[in-house]
Amino acid sequence: MASKPRIKVPKKAAVGDIITIKSLISHKMESGQRKDKEGNVIPRKIINAFSCEFNGKPVFSCDLDPAISANPYFEFKALVSEAGTFKFSWTDDDGEVIEATKDIAVA
Amino acid sequence: MINVKRRTLLTRTAGLATAAFFGQQSAFASVDEVTAAIDAFTKGVTPDSGVITLTTPEIAENGNSVPIAVSVDSPMTEDDHVVSVMLLAEDNPNPEIATFHFTPHSGQASASTRMRLAQTQNVVAVAKMSSGAFHSASNNIKVTIGGCGG
Repeated sequence: MASKPRIKVPKKAAVGDIITIKSLISHKMESGQRKDKEGNVIPRKIINAFSCEFNGKPVFSCDLDPAISANPYFEFKALVSEAGTFKFSWTDDDGEVIEATKDIAVA
Repeated sequence: MINVKRRTLLTRTAGLATAAFFGQQSAFASVDEVTAAIDAFTKGVTPDSGVITLTTPEIAENGNSVPIAVSVDSPMTEDDHVVSVMLLAEDNPNPEIATFHFTPHSGQASASTRMRLAQTQNVVAVAKMSSGAFHSASNNIKVTIGGCGG
């Protein structure tokens, strides 16, 4: 099962800074290509979408396909315009949505 | 002379073994599928080269986790920014890897992740700009052990 995601956001930044955000979530990302011992196809179960918002405005999002490795990792940039909260969400094939938030202060 | 022949033989045998191994499972993405995916993304516009920097290892020892980084040169303003970048693997069972979506709040159109590659192949990135233009770049990655499971 998907567990608590790990996210790295700087604690503070200056207005106008472009910061790097790293995120990692534990997930098997079953591709739907593999077979079990009896030769039955193991059904696909992946995280199919990831998104990051800052104070309600979209910053970065990604549509994932089975070609993304297990424990999907993303590194991307964000422009800091004010202090606020980054909201992250991962959507599983079964409809489960895992959410996390990180605050940032402006120096 | 002998060495050259040996190397050629080894390469060919390896290629055959890979083909036999994957052949039983499912058909791999054909060039048509990749072209179709790009066409669907660009709506028929032919992408230009340049602007995109696609960073991948030259040789990936483990196809299960291959780092890939893409960055697109753009001012990232409301009027001129990168909308999305699609990543495709030419010889995976499904060519789509992922599609990144950027906004002016991204500040910089740059992202990286880790992907699965079934075999040695080309990876293509196609970027959609807010102006309606498209750009593409591709890299070849040699994969030692494929990452599609057995």
